[in-house]
Amino acid sequence: MKPVRIISARGLPLDRSDVDTDQIIPSDWLKRVERTGFEQGLFSEWREDPSFVLNDPRFSDARILVAGPNFGTGSSREHAVWAIQQYGFSAVISPRFGDIFRNNATKNGLVPVQLEETAARKLLHAIVEDPSLEITVDVEQCVVTAAAIGLQANFSLDGAVQKRLLEGLDDIGLTLAHSEAINRYEANRPAWLPVLS
Amino acid sequence: MGETLSEKIWNRHVVHLGDGEPDLLYIDLHLIHEVTSPQAFAGLRMNRRSVRRPDLTVATEDHNVPTDSAVWPIADPISRQQVETLRANCAEFGITLHPMGTSQQGIVHVIGPETGLTQPAMTIVCGDSHTSTHGAFGALAFGIGTSEVEHVLATQTLPQQRPNNMAITVNGELPASCTAKDVILAIIGRIGTGGGIGSVIEYRGPVIRALSMEGRMTVCNMSIEAGAKAGLIAPDSTTFEYLRNRTYAPKGSDWDEALESWSELYSDPDATFDKEVVIDGSSLVPHISWGTNPSQVAPIDGTVPHPDSFEEASGREAAARALAYMGLEPGTPVRDISVDTVFIGSCTNSRIEDLRAVAAVAHRRRVREGVRTLVVPGSAAVKAQAEAEGLHKVFKDAGFDWREPGCSMCLAMNPDKLGPKERCASTSNRNFEGRQGKGGRTHLVSPTVAAATAIAGRFATPEDLS
Ligand code: SF4
Repeated sequence: MKPVRIISARGLPLDRSDVDTDQIIPSDWLKRVERTGFEQGLFSEWREDPSFVLNDPRFSDARILVAGPNFGTGSSREHAVWAIQQYGFSAVISPRFGDIFRNNATKNGLVPVQLEETAARKLLHAIVEDPSLEITVDVEQCVVTAAAIGLQANFSLDGAVQKRLLEGLDDIGLTLAHSEAINRYEANRPAWLPVLS
Repeated sequence: MGETLSEKIWNRHVVHLGDGEPDLLYIDLHLIHEVTSPQAFAGLRMNRRSVRRPDLTVATEDHNVPTDSAVWPIADPISRQQVETLRANCAEFGITLHPMGTSQQGIVHVIGPETGLTQPAMTIVCGDSHTSTHGAFGALAFGIGTSEVEHVLATQTLPQQRPNNMAITVNGELPASCTAKDVILAIIGRIGTGGGIGSVIEYRGPVIRALSMEGRMTVCNMSIEAGAKAGLIAPDSTTFEYLRNRTYAPKGSDWDEALESWSELYSDPDATFDKEVVIDGSSLVPHISWGTNPSQVAPIDGTVPHPDSFEEASGREAAARALAYMGLEPGTPVRDISVDTVFIGSCTNSRIEDLRAVAAVAHRRRVREGVRTLVVPGSAAVKAQAEAEGLHKVFKDAGFDWREPGCSMCLAMNPDKLGPKERCASTSNRNFEGRQGKGGRTHLVSPTVAAATAIAGRFATPEDLS
């Protein structure tokens, strides 16, 4: 995973609530066994509508996806995160994320920015007005700024998650450093717990 | 101060208490299937890592499996490759796999409980959001992404942030017309798709206590539809009786020891919850979903709502978009909506009790002309049991299509799909746009409403049938 510190980019206004992972990447795409090539699948059904925002050339440079509340609810498919990232986004801003999506995002270095609802709405509307609006997500300070509209808003990131994003750390490597503790725990598990034969 | 049930299970599984780091939790059981695992195994291989505990890992083929054995093996080359990849990975890493057509195969959340692998106080994960199902046994069970699947394969642990605790109490006594499905649809309608985000929901109260294990699994299954990390129900004699003598349940003196260890599995009276919701179960009626997320539900006696009836602007917009997609007019009585397809199956409602309930409605009746009706058992074991009881004859006589076990029409990854604008009464858990096939229109219902709807051709309860 690549470290991520500051993202300064344009935004894509996705003015919908409850964008579930079935919409982000429809299930046909889940048959692939590779980890790449999902950019074509991003919102593939909505993209068939020429007026869908992803088809709007004014937003073609956007690298920050700005959405309504409850983004990424539903299925656990990490393919949703891969699709968003591979399409070119580095961060998603929403007032509320589905838990598994948020987790999956941070494991891949996609920054889930949970912004208070009024700030998120203000940002969304400002992008619609001015697609060239420059937005900055600072992972170190946990601040989103859009200077042109006088927006400066804090978001929260769990300390450990923030550290992993900033340093691009591999979780499995970190856990393997605790192998001794895992061995000790295993030695004390009750013998009657189920084991596959 | 007392602990909640979720906290008790959590504390029993902490391998390493992080200082400013998430707790490292031991995972007792890891379930895998073909869809969310290939990239995890590829990651292991790339980093030259092995599977730490293949003996705590079990795999099944479910999502891609055609449920019509006449078309086996899988015709779609991409689906077939995914299933073959799972087979190769399980062989390479020594993991037990239940391939399609074998006696222990089935939907991942059906086979865990029915073989007794799912037990109280365990931690269970799967690269699948409906892992919440296993919480019905008082296990802490939650869905994970593919990176986490790789993590569990490599270490049998997961770093996790402590979740919040939410209690939903369902009081009273459920009317005879209502099922567990109606309870959970009503709950999601009340708290919304984000209501449980960040939380483990513990379901309590007399209505929950009176549910069978199958009913409890239905409720916990859909916790994720309210955004929750997991659902949880304290184990009791119903749980223990269900488990006793199952293949992987402890036997003899082990059973006694296990029972003793399970006896403390309840939330202490002085435990505090971050959020509490109380529902009057006595006043519930059968529910159906009218929209494109599982909180957009209405009582079967009701009408399709008008977008203006929603307080918040986002709710109004979402309702208007959902109605357009669903092809519904506000004010239409629910019972006037006719369907093209009825799907009875999925990890929400494909267990033996569900099939018995459907058979009771279908007995000596006929499916409405032109309605396609699929009955898909959740596992090979459920199928065998249903056939031993003769339920398949009832289904066939009534004109239902009796299938092989799998996820089937719950999601559009195998040949069972809806066509554009096709309207379906479905016992599954998600009514998202395109979930059952591109352009398809899904209405979530209970098995009894699904069965009655198949016969009436429009939304109905068994009481509506003459
Ligand atoms: S039945 Fe549906 S919800 Fe359940 S595991 Fe299969 S696809 Fe997922």
